[in-house]
Amino acid sequence: MAGDTHAPAAAEGTRKQAATRALADVPRVPGAKKPDPVIVADGVVRRFGGLTAVSVEHVEIQRGAITALIGPNGAGKTTFFNLLTGFDRPDEGQWSFDGTDLARVPAHKVARRGMVRTFQLTKALSRLTVLQNMLLGASGQKGESLLRAAFAGIWRSQEKANTERAMELLGRFKLDAKASDFAGSLSGGQRKLLEMARALMSDPQVVMLDEPMAGVNPALTQSLLGHVKDLREQGMTVLFVEHDMDMVRDISDWVVVMAQGKVVAEGPPDSVMADPAVIEAYLGGHHDVSLSDDTAAAELERTVEAEVEAEIAADEHEKGRHQS
Amino acid sequence: MDIGSILSNALAAAIGLDTIIYALAALGLNIQFGYAGLLNFGQAAFVAIGSYGIASMVTIAGLPFGVGILVGLLASVLFALLLGIPTLRLRADYLAIATIAASEVVRLLARSNSLGAYTGGSNGLTGFADGFYDLNPFPAGTYGFGPFENNARTTWILLVGWVLVALVALATWAIMRSPWGRVLKGIREDEDAVRALGKNVYAYKMQALVLGGLVGTLAGFVFSLGRAAVQPDNYATAFTFFTYTVLLLGGAARVLGPVVGAAIFWVVLSLTDGLLRGAIAAGWVPDGLMTTTQVGQVRFMLVGLALMLLMIYRPQGIFGDRRELALDGR
Repeated sequence: MAGDTHAPAAAEGTRKQAATRALADVPRVPGAKKPDPVIVADGVVRRFGGLTAVSVEHVEIQRGAITALIGPNGAGKTTFFNLLTGFDRPDEGQWSFDGTDLARVPAHKVARRGMVRTFQLTKALSRLTVLQNMLLGASGQKGESLLRAAFAGIWRSQEKANTERAMELLGRFKLDAKASDFAGSLSGGQRKLLEMARALMSDPQVVMLDEPMAGVNPALTQSLLGHVKDLREQGMTVLFVEHDMDMVRDISDWVVVMAQGKVVAEGPPDSVMADPAVIEAYLGGHHDVSLSDDTAAAELERTVEAEVEAEIAADEHEKGRHQS
Repeated sequence: MDIGSILSNALAAAIGLDTIIYALAALGLNIQFGYAGLLNFGQAAFVAIGSYGIASMVTIAGLPFGVGILVGLLASVLFALLLGIPTLRLRADYLAIATIAASEVVRLLARSNSLGAYTGGSNGLTGFADGFYDLNPFPAGTYGFGPFENNARTTWILLVGWVLVALVALATWAIMRSPWGRVLKGIREDEDAVRALGKNVYAYKMQALVLGGLVGTLAGFVFSLGRAAVQPDNYATAFTFFTYTVLLLGGAARVLGPVVGAAIFWVVLSLTDGLLRGAIAAGWVPDGLMTTTQVGQVRFMLVGLALMLLMIYRPQGIFGDRRELALDGR
């Protein structure tokens, strides 16, 4: 699978360079204006009772770049994700996608407009085959209307085309051999791949990945990273929530840091990790070393990792409560 | 003990009126529960709506029985919308609570004194089936052979019933192999995932609820016409639970599961009934253990036992795929 990451290396550079160039002159401050934003959010507030989970004043996501959304425990990353994709409703705020207002649009319409997401706890549809999972991702299917469903002649040719496309995507994600297996029989990492491949069936403009690396076997990490980079090379915008700092540093063009529901820092990975505000958010403000300082990095990483693990557990708990 | 007549009765039960009624009710429930994962615990109400649609329109209003069919179908759609609009956006359990309550409301309304003028109260209604039997193309006489021998009237209702079962099974097969059916199965697995792929989950669940309810209403038509009487307590929650039993016996999310399940359910009931009565009559069962009046209850206990054994040794039902069931974990 490493081949996928490196084979298109010549082409890979171009989009990455374009994204880096476009973001080079953007000021490293929270709420910075981007040259070509695809998502613009303003004053998005979500409260759970007395707790303000999200309060984002202004944030823009650059088109065609990979943007990471990071932050410590309870920073509101997943909640913000849910708000943007219509899975939760904000108390206040506006946001637009590709110039059209998207506030309070139901989740399925958000997806139809070209902004698809994956979930932190993978949602492979266990008792459907891998291929059926993929076909479910295709948009504009004639056979999905009840009135036309009984007449196979209406949808058969479209189904055939979708199947071809699904097999091609499965091939790219090395899942083609599993096409007729139940999705429930896949490993955790394969399910992540399937979920990503399924999201691509609809040719989205923006792909939003909620912790794509959580629970993935390290052997598969490189392959997953390669696929995420690949999305950018195909012209898609990627926004992802992640705790793995190595991954954030490796693949993101831009990093947005949230803490206590607010955006506290923005910038390219290296500058963000040296930002005192970020270190304070993560480590409580009593550290005078930067996150990118090599000597202290290993030790800090351990600390952060421990925190992150606690955070994943807490996030899952929180998710369970709010999404049920 | 006359083994011959016991077996003959059991065979007759396999294609009998009860089998048709439960097969249709379970075919409807299969669309809702088997494919879409909707916990409808009020299938009895949809059946009652079909039964009373015909009975009230013909006996009380004096309208032709075709009007009764139309009213039944229409009322069934309205009832499904009424149940679905407030509950289908919520978690699955809310539909279960609402449907079981609504189903009892329907039954209690039908047997109430205040509505007695329209429903016949606790006595129910009779004298509405003539319009249907007037259409009987079979001249008087007996048809069929051996255990399947019936008079013209029974032959007519059985024929209509089985044609309905066949048509509904065919329609289920046709829509469930389509992309529409795939979305429904996806919703059963995880509705958020399906929503994230751009499908209007609420609309699909509503369609499944309405469709399954309509099929339940067809069961109601066969029920009332076959018995030529409606009686409110036939539509108690036990009807719904037997329908679930039938569905699980045959295997949920299989086109023919409900049909085979219904046949097995009624054959087993007939067999145990015949054998127990025969054994008591032959003096093999001491009076202190069981009397003939208790046979009716004991056979349901045996069905319960059979269902438990089935769930332990073949949880996917007769037709189910065991691999599929083993994948419940995420």
